[in-house]
Amino acid sequence: MSESTAEVLRAEGLVKTHHGEGAPAHAVRGVDLRVARGEFVAITGPSGAGKSTLLHLLGGLQRPDAGSIWLDGECTDGYGEARWAVERRKRIGIVFQFFNLVSDLSVADNVELPALLAGVPPRKARAEREELLAELGLAGKERSMPGELSGGEQQRVALARALVNHPPLLLADEPAGSLDSKGTREVMRLLSRFHRRGQTILLVTHDARLASAADRVISFFDGRIADDAELDGVPPRGRGISGVLELKD
Amino acid sequence: MRLPLLALLARGPAHGYELKQDLEQLLGSAYPQPNVGQIYVTLGRLEKSGLIEGEDVEQSSRPNKKVYHLTDAGREALRAWYEETADEPRVRDEFFMKLALAPQTGLADQIALINKQRRQYLNTMRQLSKLAAAEDRDNRIAHLLIEGAMLHLQADLDWLERCQEELEELQ
Repeated sequence: MSESTAEVLRAEGLVKTHHGEGAPAHAVRGVDLRVARGEFVAITGPSGAGKSTLLHLLGGLQRPDAGSIWLDGECTDGYGEARWAVERRKRIGIVFQFFNLVSDLSVADNVELPALLAGVPPRKARAEREELLAELGLAGKERSMPGELSGGEQQRVALARALVNHPPLLLADEPAGSLDSKGTREVMRLLSRFHRRGQTILLVTHDARLASAADRVISFFDGRIADDAELDGVPPRGRGISGVLELKD
Repeated sequence: MRLPLLALLARGPAHGYELKQDLEQLLGSAYPQPNVGQIYVTLGRLEKSGLIEGEDVEQSSRPNKKVYHLTDAGREALRAWYEETADEPRVRDEFFMKLALAPQTGLADQIALINKQRRQYLNTMRQLSKLAAAEDRDNRIAHLLIEGAMLHLQADLDWLERCQEELEELQ
């Protein structure tokens, strides 16, 4: 495999400073990152550490002050807004904490829209939508409006929308951040399932339970990568899992 | 193990192996199973202290088995158990002492210690997620046990994060 196909995403020297009221906020302070095809990477850290800003840079929703991003080996330095918008339909799917569904479009239309915008024939867009909604346990909700669904259901619709064009990379920004424990488990289960089928995922979350579904966890502090660890699933030293589960008198 | 065995016997008489099976069924595959020997030893102790009584039951083709039932003293002990609240979970004191004393020893970097500890917790968290996925969906008690362990780990991870934020500021 050539380097360009093995590496879905690469970032070098990313810097982003927010200039709002008061002192400038150094959200991202020199980040290098590589994500290989098929990897499931989680970025965790306290709120305000800059992890969402990093994800926005990687999805072209914001521009870095310095540094470069490569998608599938292709440098994005020259990309304008329009080109990024195209990439977010074709190469990058994104899910957000608050779902960001179009509130006056039905569930079916929300999912089909990005496919139609990408030039997929309507019949094929419908077939893709039907398959994804069935897979996500939303068959029968096609005609519902987003506001009629629970948070967990809305996030599943958002996931279908993000994946309808089979993007090589899925970015997820706190996808369980506004869900209850049950909804969180559901999102976790679905991300793991798509990952097993080969979907590359980059997830930003402060929830360690969600992060532990990934096979690599990056700890992000104060705009920088503090640790980058492969989770191997090998029983940790000591009493490990039975130590945390055993009930004692 | 003593009080859970008493609690299982509150429902009616049972022998050692039945109690083991009851525990397994209740807590699911996630729970580290006590071996049956451990259960027999505990039952012996409970009998000695008068909380249960055993009765030999003849079996045609196998050695006798001992069926235990709760005594009045046993029921009283169980009642007292339910009266008490349980102790609070504790801070990981060993790790905390390592962290607090690291600068004085010059032998370890605090941030590196935190990172190492975090990796271990995350790996354990991952195993717990796998266990939860493998556990029978309808066994609510088993799922609550795993979820409890995950939430405790989550709290420890949050606390590591706080330690890192504070200590990085100092560096």
